[in-house]
Amino acid sequence: MAILVKIAIAGEGGQGVQAIGDILAEAGNEEGKEALYIPNFGVEQRGGVSLAFVQISDEQIGSPKFQHGDIVIALSERAVARTKQYVTGDTLFVYDSSLIAPPEVADEAVGLQVYDSVAPEAQADAVSEQPKTGKVELPKNAKKVIGIPATDIALSELHPRVFNMIILGATVRAAGVVDIETVKHALETKLGKKFIDDPKLRELNFNALQRGIDLVEEALQGEENNDQKDV
Amino acid sequence: MAEKPIQEEKRVFMTGNEVVAWAAVAAGADIMYGYPITPQNEIMHYWTRLAPKHGKKFLQTEDELSAGFTTLGGALAGRKSFSATAGPGTTLFQEPLSMAEMMRIPVVVIVQQRGGPSTATVIYSQQEVNMVTFGGNGEGWRVVYSTATHQELFDYTIKAFNTAWKYRFPTFILGDGYQAKMREPLVMYNPEDRGIEMIKPVASLGLPGTPGKDRDAVHLRNTYSVEEELYDATMPIQEDYEKMSKEVVEWDERNVDDADIIIISHGVVSRAAIAAMNRLREKGVKVGYFRPITLRPFPDEQLQKVAAKCSNFLLVESALGQLARLVKSALFNMPIDNFDTLYKPGVGVTAEELVQRIEKTIK
Amino acid sequence: MAEHLAMPKSWNTETKPHKFCPGCGHGLVLKVLGEVIDELEIQDRMVFGVDIGCSLLAWDFFNVDTVQTHHGRTNPVMVGIKRANPKLLPIAYMGDGGGYAIGSQHLVNSAFRNEKIMAIVVNNCNYGMTGGQMSPTTLPGQKTETSPYGRDAKETGNPTLGPEMVAAIASPGAYVARASVSNMKQLKRFMKKAVENQIAGNGFSFLEVISSCPTNWRTNAKQTWAFMEEEMAKYFKTGELRTPDESKEG
Repeated sequence: MAILVKIAIAGEGGQGVQAIGDILAEAGNEEGKEALYIPNFGVEQRGGVSLAFVQISDEQIGSPKFQHGDIVIALSERAVARTKQYVTGDTLFVYDSSLIAPPEVADEAVGLQVYDSVAPEAQADAVSEQPKTGKVELPKNAKKVIGIPATDIALSELHPRVFNMIILGATVRAAGVVDIETVKHALETKLGKKFIDDPKLRELNFNALQRGIDLVEEALQGEENNDQKDV
Repeated sequence: MAEKPIQEEKRVFMTGNEVVAWAAVAAGADIMYGYPITPQNEIMHYWTRLAPKHGKKFLQTEDELSAGFTTLGGALAGRKSFSATAGPGTTLFQEPLSMAEMMRIPVVVIVQQRGGPSTATVIYSQQEVNMVTFGGNGEGWRVVYSTATHQELFDYTIKAFNTAWKYRFPTFILGDGYQAKMREPLVMYNPEDRGIEMIKPVASLGLPGTPGKDRDAVHLRNTYSVEEELYDATMPIQEDYEKMSKEVVEWDERNVDDADIIIISHGVVSRAAIAAMNRLREKGVKVGYFRPITLRPFPDEQLQKVAAKCSNFLLVESALGQLARLVKSALFNMPIDNFDTLYKPGVGVTAEELVQRIEKTIK
Repeated sequence: MAEHLAMPKSWNTETKPHKFCPGCGHGLVLKVLGEVIDELEIQDRMVFGVDIGCSLLAWDFFNVDTVQTHHGRTNPVMVGIKRANPKLLPIAYMGDGGGYAIGSQHLVNSAFRNEKIMAIVVNNCNYGMTGGQMSPTTLPGQKTETSPYGRDAKETGNPTLGPEMVAAIASPGAYVARASVSNMKQLKRFMKKAVENQIAGNGFSFLEVISSCPTNWRTNAKQTWAFMEEEMAKYFKTGELRTPDESKEG
């Protein structure tokens, strides 16, 4: 039976969702695997949540999109709602438990946020804001739900700009399908020049990656140690 | 000796639009004419960046009518010219393409299908099959390659130039917005390095020598006076088309010999069909698969042979019967057990839903 | 004395905040148009046509009957409406691509035939919606997605001067002007005169508005204004080019 890991990442525009998806797929490709990344663009949904679909496999990948994800990452209130349809009993659901206003993720830290692949035509809904309700309904049917306070950590411990590197690290650990070293290598390829100009940036990004990995690692181990029910 | 555009074979990871631009460079295309429309814009973006390095030319025209007619002009002048479009742009292209069909002008056009009709979505569909195969006021004297992977986008864009210039029918790469925007790996190469000979373009107009003195003038027209004249002009084209069809037709079939049900699909949907077939076979369900790669000329005979083995079909497409129309025409008069359809106009098809659909029908 | 409400009464409040990018000039143009609709009380007679491109984001902007058409085809649809029901006041709204590239043939013919409609071209020197390709009004040397090394005027010509072209061919009774979002008072004056020309039924009304696109220009606020007020102003002069009574404001 072929290995196929389906990952859906969702968040507000500006949270660096597409960068996460792209680097993850790039890493899969660098490991010689079949990798497919497609950004979601279009007004098909109300609300303008940015979605990235990534699949990594050892044989040719079927459709670019999928019905249900093995890993689903949600970075905002709206993203949690928007990604419910991709969650089943086999899904590992990871969300940013801070769920506060999306922080700024500037280009210097994490590369391109605006992809040439996202058609502005489709952003007709993207700019309209829905009020935050403070009520988040997490999926009840997932195999496991993990909340990581990525925004809080980015703001208080690291730097707001590496928020999505924390998420990337978390996704890598959750998916378990690419090596973190390949991810670092993919980052170097994309941001190499910026790292040369400011070596501290590399340290910052890699620290954030590791933090994300650790957060998911802790949560998964915590689940194993306790007899905890799903949230 | 010009520098090779691709120094050595290499595996790359890029979007479909970028692949098309590189393939056109590798195929020796000389000039692109184009107009902005999503989701194919990046073909122009990459081409305009590659162009100066490789001695290529580009013109952004005032609209798609012009893009089509300027592409014809480029080919008439003996240069490998191409364009790319989508949706409402494809609609506008039908006028210049009719001229290409009648006058045997070898143009290459990449179509990245988006939702329709009208503006619809910028994202994806398989709803331009009607237009690309039989649009315009003609008889569909076109070659249409429906690709499914980035490797095919690369391979067939190169092949399209050869097909167009060898047989002199307008030739299309029929992709879609998913293929255009997604990233996946492929191997890029120079065709010559793989023993593929690229056909050199020949000018129809502006040949060397003074007309009337050194050579006859070239007089080209697409107008005829009376019915019989038209008939005498068009029947030989039809003959050429049928001759070409035998050499150009391409298709893919798998697991048909013992199949209980066969999935028919084309383009990117065929990837979901293969994945669904594999999954179902693992569960012991005898699923087969048929995919026309050339929608024009359509692999009629090949599909008929498959239908003779098993004619319990599930046809799936992201349109409301555009592929089905071609299939039914191919299967005309054959006894068919069952013709089930899954139509998702403008919406992607996943392997999962195909598996679910087939499992439901065999219960 | 006109009120400057935060939102003109003719605006559809349900679709606000609107969908244009931060820093886009469309919001300013549509505000002025909204005030003119209020002051001249044409909400019940006006038909608003939007093109393809960023202008399509205004399809539900006003409490005015609106139709979104195809790229460059807004003019002819408005012409069709006016010819069928002359009581209506159609206003076509498009960008520099829809106006001067794919729609140029229709613009020219509307002017020639002295169609009693109004056309507004919002000029931001690129195709914004599709990601920033070169347009007829792109400035020489300006980098866009399809002129990545800068527009070469020798190869692709100089920026199209739309109002000048329309002024040269329009019949008597036409109103032709160019304004800018960097001079809102003048924009309002010209917009009002253009619509009044429509109400009077004199002829074709045409207004180009210099506008901003920081998203595709990749400029910050300061650079955006500089580009409009310094660079674009070199090529596109504001002022009235044709008025029905030939008294022009420069």
